[in-house]
Amino acid sequence: MKFITIDKKDWTKGIDKSRETYQLFGPVKDKNGCLIKKLDTDVQPDMEYQESVMSAKSVLFPQTEKILNANLNESVEDHHIMKRSLTDYSPRAVLGIRPYDAKAIALVKLNFDTNEFKDPYWCDAYDATVFVGLGITKPGPFDFSTSVGTGPFCEEGLDILLADLDDKYLAKVLTQKGDAYAIACGFDVKADEKESQVLFDILRKEAEKNIVSFVETDKLKEKTVLELHEAPFWDDVAFSCINCGTCTYVCPTCWCFDIQDETKQKQATRFRNWDTCMSPLFTRHATGHNPRGNKIQRVRQRFMHKLKYFLDKYDQGIMCVGCGRCVKSCPVNIDIREVCLTMNTFEKQE
Amino acid sequence: MENPYMPYPVRIDDIEIATEDKSLKTFKFVFLNEGDEEKFSYQAGQFAELSIPGVGEIPIGIASSPVEKGFVKFTVFRTGVVTSHLHNMKVGDIMGIRGPLGNWYPWDKLENKNVVIIGGGFAFTTLRSSIIYMLDPENRSKFKNIDVVYGARSPGMLLYREELFEWEKRSDINMHITVDGTDDPNWKYHTGFVPTIVEQNAPKADKDTYAIICGPPIMIKFTQPSLAKLGYKEHQIIMSLENRMKCGIGMCGRCNIGKELVCKDGPVFTLEQINQTPKEY
Repeated sequence: MKFITIDKKDWTKGIDKSRETYQLFGPVKDKNGCLIKKLDTDVQPDMEYQESVMSAKSVLFPQTEKILNANLNESVEDHHIMKRSLTDYSPRAVLGIRPYDAKAIALVKLNFDTNEFKDPYWCDAYDATVFVGLGITKPGPFDFSTSVGTGPFCEEGLDILLADLDDKYLAKVLTQKGDAYAIACGFDVKADEKESQVLFDILRKEAEKNIVSFVETDKLKEKTVLELHEAPFWDDVAFSCINCGTCTYVCPTCWCFDIQDETKQKQATRFRNWDTCMSPLFTRHATGHNPRGNKIQRVRQRFMHKLKYFLDKYDQGIMCVGCGRCVKSCPVNIDIREVCLTMNTFEKQE
Repeated sequence: MENPYMPYPVRIDDIEIATEDKSLKTFKFVFLNEGDEEKFSYQAGQFAELSIPGVGEIPIGIASSPVEKGFVKFTVFRTGVVTSHLHNMKVGDIMGIRGPLGNWYPWDKLENKNVVIIGGGFAFTTLRSSIIYMLDPENRSKFKNIDVVYGARSPGMLLYREELFEWEKRSDINMHITVDGTDDPNWKYHTGFVPTIVEQNAPKADKDTYAIICGPPIMIKFTQPSLAKLGYKEHQIIMSLENRMKCGIGMCGRCNIGKELVCKDGPVFTLEQINQTPKEY
């Protein structure tokens, strides 16, 4: 494994150099808080940020995205024939992504990149992207990442992992993509491999010690879907929910989407937009029948999907990386940690 | 990499009004590009997204049969934005078809078996596809007895009427056509609801008999006890489900019943499978 030392004085110069071949995305603060956004050439990523309101999922899965378009003017030869919308898939780097958000991308990949079908929009964006993570030294109070298979220095889904050492970054280059990016930045001061790994291990252990929030998921696997689905606690869980959908939008692992067409004059565009299982329209049939017509059913769907269906389907843990965003953002204080505990400890009364 | 969201361009070759109230039309499409028909190779029971640029897409069961070549057919009920638009389109118009999608009736498993087909209302499309497939001279010997119970509100609401009455005359298929009611004195078939007709006419179950049901929820609900009385076990009852869909390829997340996605893992399930999932359909 290759380790590189990056003096913070050289950081800006290096990433500016990489802009010749990469578009940059990174954390920036605005009036809405810290968001992972595309960086204009004169904007630098805020590497000191603690938490971002939204995850980096939109880099690969934009909130709204053109997927197909067609010309409806019947005098042109290929009218009404849909073509793939042109999108820029030139190389891009996401700087300062949190390790749990990178893990989330690895989980979302299970949905978009399958043996049977590949979502070309997500996969092309994924192939074009290098993820440069920043280890978390001071985990926030909502961070329960270590109990869901990730953590403050988790490497899964990352191409480079940075450790902040005050005046410098120590970079662990994890993939060829990461190596190519480091070269594009001109970061080439090699660090001793053994010493660096020891340092990373210390930092990881220190950071993990500072995590104060946990969930237990060990018994979810053995419960049956129907047992949990029919459990009596869903009324209580859903009672205060206002179905705003915030939890689904801030969630780095929520991938559900809608497809909508729009026509402007003779130009038709098919879009893909983020959707939310909290909306009644999400499942309403054309007849008016709705299999998840009431909010209890919808709230149950969200937690069952994350904590049971996903687990059963992929056997790769639950569909949650413990970022705590939904806990923090929920206007009525619904807490996935509590729901997870309720599900994990549920015993059917005979 | 194939783009699973990209429809094959098709031209509307024929439009037929399918029911007396004109709420259903059968659209016959031909593929614009050579080779696309082969790529669209499907099995009876699958569905496709009918894709109208600028309007949207709708998941519809394929009514034509894999043994019918040169075109594909869909029978569409006018109900929402896309179906209403489609009903107003004309022969010659260009649109798209995306698919085939989902699984199909288990034709391998049904070989050398008795097959009972039960349909109601306009949920007869993939059943038509199945009957045409089984009756094809190449295939008929693969199946034992074929029984069909099909009901609609009135004679004029039966889909594919001409074909139904043709099949009625054949000896290699037992047709039990029924209507809820009619004032036609010359109506020579059954009168009564599908569950009753099933109980009175469908063969008793043995281990080599399977039932395929497709219809409105109310019909499905009341047909299950009829089949149970005839001895059908849950694994012998095969059903095709519907849910709101967008992508059709298991990605957009809305059509699930538990961890199964109706669009990709279905739409065809046995009652045994369905009974192990939440009833969110």
